[in-house]
Amino acid sequence: MVSTTVREALRDAMAEEMRRDGDVFVMGEEVAEYQGAYKITQGLLQEFGDRRVVDTPITEHGFAGLGAGAAMAGLKPIVEFMTFNFAMQAMDQIINSAAKTLYMSGGQMGCPIVFRGPNGAAARVGAQHSQDYSAWYSSVPGLKVVAPYTAADAKGLLKSAIRDPNPVIFLENEILYGQHFDVPQLEDFTVPIGKARVARAGTDVTIVSFSIGMTYALKAAELLQAEGIEAEVIDLRTLRPMDTDTILASVKKTGRCVTVEEGWAQSGIGAEIIARVMEGAFDYLDAPVIRVTGKDVPMPYAANLEKLALPTAADVVQAVKAVCYK
Amino acid sequence: MASVDSAPATHGDVHAVAPPDPVAFTQDEELKAYRGMLLIRRFEEKAGQMYGMGLIGGFCHLYIGQEAVVTGLMMGAKLGDQTITGYRDHGHMLACGLDPRGVMAELTGRSHGLSKGKGGSMHMFSKEKHFYGGHGIVGAQVPLGTGLAFANRYRGNDNVSFVYFGDGASNQGQVYEAFNMAELWKLPVIYVIENNRYAMGTSVTRSSALVDLSKRGQSFNIPGLQVDGMDVRAVKAAGDLALEWCRAGHGPMILEMQTYRYRGHSMSDPAKYRTKDEVQKMRDEHDPIEQVKQRLLKTGGASEDELKKIDADVRAVVADAADFATQDPEPEASELWTDILN
Repeated sequence: MVSTTVREALRDAMAEEMRRDGDVFVMGEEVAEYQGAYKITQGLLQEFGDRRVVDTPITEHGFAGLGAGAAMAGLKPIVEFMTFNFAMQAMDQIINSAAKTLYMSGGQMGCPIVFRGPNGAAARVGAQHSQDYSAWYSSVPGLKVVAPYTAADAKGLLKSAIRDPNPVIFLENEILYGQHFDVPQLEDFTVPIGKARVARAGTDVTIVSFSIGMTYALKAAELLQAEGIEAEVIDLRTLRPMDTDTILASVKKTGRCVTVEEGWAQSGIGAEIIARVMEGAFDYLDAPVIRVTGKDVPMPYAANLEKLALPTAADVVQAVKAVCYK
Repeated sequence: MASVDSAPATHGDVHAVAPPDPVAFTQDEELKAYRGMLLIRRFEEKAGQMYGMGLIGGFCHLYIGQEAVVTGLMMGAKLGDQTITGYRDHGHMLACGLDPRGVMAELTGRSHGLSKGKGGSMHMFSKEKHFYGGHGIVGAQVPLGTGLAFANRYRGNDNVSFVYFGDGASNQGQVYEAFNMAELWKLPVIYVIENNRYAMGTSVTRSSALVDLSKRGQSFNIPGLQVDGMDVRAVKAAGDLALEWCRAGHGPMILEMQTYRYRGHSMSDPAKYRTKDEVQKMRDEHDPIEQVKQRLLKTGGASEDELKKIDADVRAVVADAADFATQDPEPEASELWTDILN
């Protein structure tokens, strides 16, 4: 194990896959000479040159479509969005071109592409730069959607995403970029897409989260332990296809469930989890499932208001106590 | 053939490309063009009939009148050159050599349609024939086709991507995002603007501030030519010039094909935004197929009987495709759940 930041893990994943396969290239705004707006592509230009590390103009719709076309021609582009907030400009190409072409072509024309970049709130950047798109992408057939929390998962899942023959939306989080985690020191470490991870075993309640939501979930689990409640924390890692089996197995054991995400509640990931739990483990539930989510408002700028808009570990503790009737 | 070495491929220079001289066709070329255009015309007429009979559903956009554009350009293309277009795509598929049975069976939504019945009129593809669709969102094919050209450059081959779109799509923002990158990176792409004068029911003069669409690349330094898109010889000459330009590494070129569709925008369009006289005048004076036919007869390149034989052959191909598409079963219910992911 090597202590690695999420930022380094993502960079290493891209570099390893680019060494492995000459058809893999990365494109986006400031990915080459600037070394990445968030320094995720640091050093790639130096190693792979400007043929494979391509600075684009500020033109999300255009380069998302150009990348999708290159993928249809058989290349394996990694398209970096400086943030997924800017990918709304590219939404048509992501959904209508990348996600649907395999189906519309009767299986002939795939689109092996990764769209990646930071998703959700950073800090003090206001409503237009702070949206969580997890639920949006996860509702679309033809996409895979990945949202890792740890550096190990970031690395292993990004490598899998690059090798995947389908379009993969890879949702990172700016706050997590600088955090350290242990990453296995293996020659070729991958993590399968579509498998959740039990991050913490427990018996009394199941907390399901992903990405930065895991920081609140794990912190809450610690606080709850002090009060005699053993929480099982599941890190979804992949949002589509969602690992329902792992969620249901845990809920059948604990009988209680809380979901945690930074995105909005309505039609959110938590809402989807609750539907699946109701469909698959209704008889096992001892309490209604509760969602902890971002507040139903555009992200405010003021420091105090921004704090109020985002979930906290205390919110998770409160929700867990509610489902445990404590 | 006009020279294409008039402009060096460097930043800051203004490309200037002289329009090509008209090039006479050989007898073989005339016959090839005649047969190719006739196949599209008869196929589309049959598709129109089958739509009227309720065998084809949804949207169905016919290419009748525009046949010279894709036919002339494909005559200059070589193996591996890619084609991508919008939703008025049946003609492009036939010109790329896709099986008429497969195209027609896709229109009827049957199991042996090119997309197994899951794409429909606007969404068909063939990797084998380098045909990349068939796209239903106006203008989306332009960045995608630019990506095909990016792949050519990345691989270091000398193939060229033909990206077709209409006068309507030429107002979409993503077209200009693609133009910028194509010229910036000198990508081998020919932007074929099929200006049939009407974006659905809105004429070019009512939708475009600059109606000379060949100039739409000027601020990116992409050269453009206006071409008589009803004359297959003019189309081929312009296509050859553009291919040479692209293969020489000069970057993209725009060809504004001045063409005309005889039918409505789609089958549900009665086309009340133009006069019957306007349509009739184009048919009488500029029909692309009739032009070739008259030349062949005048020069003795083919007799009436020989042309009738070609007509009969083409009708047989189309009739066979229609029969096949009518009798082919609908896709199995299980197909609903396949081809979502690889």
